[in-house]
Amino acid sequence: MLPVTFTSNMKLSNYSLKQLLTGTAFVLFSTLIYSCQSSPAEQKLPILGSREPVERSVDGKTIVDTVYHQIPDFAFVDQDSQQVTQETVAGKIYVTDFFFTTCPSICPKMKNQMLRIYEKYKDNPNVVILSHTIDPEHDTVAVLKDYAERMNVTAAKWHFLTGDRDSIYDMALKYFIGVQEDSEAEGGFAHSGDFMLVDHNRHIRGHYHGTEQEDVDRLMQDMDILLKELQDEKK
Amino acid sequence: MKKSRLVTGFLGLMALTTLTQCFTDKQNQGQKLYAQNCQSCHMDDGSGLRGLIPPIAKADYLQTHRDELACLIRHGADGPMIVNGIEYNKEMPGAHQLGPDEITNLLNYIQTSFGNNNPRYTLTEVTQMLEACPVPYEAH
Ligand code: HEC
Repeated sequence: MLPVTFTSNMKLSNYSLKQLLTGTAFVLFSTLIYSCQSSPAEQKLPILGSREPVERSVDGKTIVDTVYHQIPDFAFVDQDSQQVTQETVAGKIYVTDFFFTTCPSICPKMKNQMLRIYEKYKDNPNVVILSHTIDPEHDTVAVLKDYAERMNVTAAKWHFLTGDRDSIYDMALKYFIGVQEDSEAEGGFAHSGDFMLVDHNRHIRGHYHGTEQEDVDRLMQDMDILLKELQDEKK
Repeated sequence: MKKSRLVTGFLGLMALTTLTQCFTDKQNQGQKLYAQNCQSCHMDDGSGLRGLIPPIAKADYLQTHRDELACLIRHGADGPMIVNGIEYNKEMPGAHQLGPDEITNLLNYIQTSFGNNNPRYTLTEVTQMLEACPVPYEAH
């Protein structure tokens, strides 16, 4: 973003306090301008993924629609042995991630952050959380139930999903989340700690680093924007 | 000219950060070990994960099981465990690679951070504890 060039004759002893201050002030100032660009209230979230123009004809005229990347239908089972499908999230927005219960590396932090989202939106009927296990062999319904109960979260709001291994891995791709079995990785699986925000049309509207508090703050701001969009559309 | 000032500013900041980091690293081996080995589960502030991973911060366990902690860190834990009145039951992996000196620093760090204010350990004390770790651990 900023032009930074290093010249070989620059020496460390060259700089004065004044120069340091000018530099810092400049950085602070540009951050300020950057962050003031738009107020969250009027913001509209982008739709992520590929888009394709599709032509159709109405009364002899050609109309071009844009078809956005959409999460396909799915069917998994949650910690209460309930089927969870696209119907479960119909008319709602949801946050989703991929994890496994025995993961020693990034999952505890992801779950800690997801708990913040759960606590903030647990009474909002328009919000759902879907956490998919990428280790369905170990993470059976019983294991997920124990996990959720210990965290004291309800299945009505936060579904821990298990199911056919291949279907889960295929779904991860649809959410653009990288997952793979990897004996080299801690716990035997490699995956990203992303949280994806999906709207009521099953379009992906944002992705966030699920292990970072600031990024999850941003996610919750975006959720409010999306909830407002949902409200406006329902009117 | 403006450009070079900016660059010097950046370099200055970078040098400062590096310097401070060097100092703190040397001083707080315990803190560094915590960040490397424990923080992913017990969190930056020692709060753990609700219902699943017990807290280090203000945990009664640190006092009531003081003499078992060296073995717990080296060999891990599983099975039910009650911390501050809540039952946990999940596996904690052992940090087998840590030597007695490192475990001492780590223990002293957790006993005196996150709002804890418990007595410190000596290296002799920790070495003795590690030599006397319960037999079932051997199987691991
Ligand atoms: C993979 C996650 C994980 C990692 C990494 C981990 N722990 Fe634990 N820790 C746990 C779990 C889970 C328990 C509870 C074990 C049980 O239920 O038997 C626990 C229990 C403890 C306890 C006793 C209960 C309490 O919270 O007071 C202490 C002390 C502790 N861990 C310290 C550490 C230290 C120090 C490290 C770093 C060397 C560490 N842990 C690394 C998950 C972890």
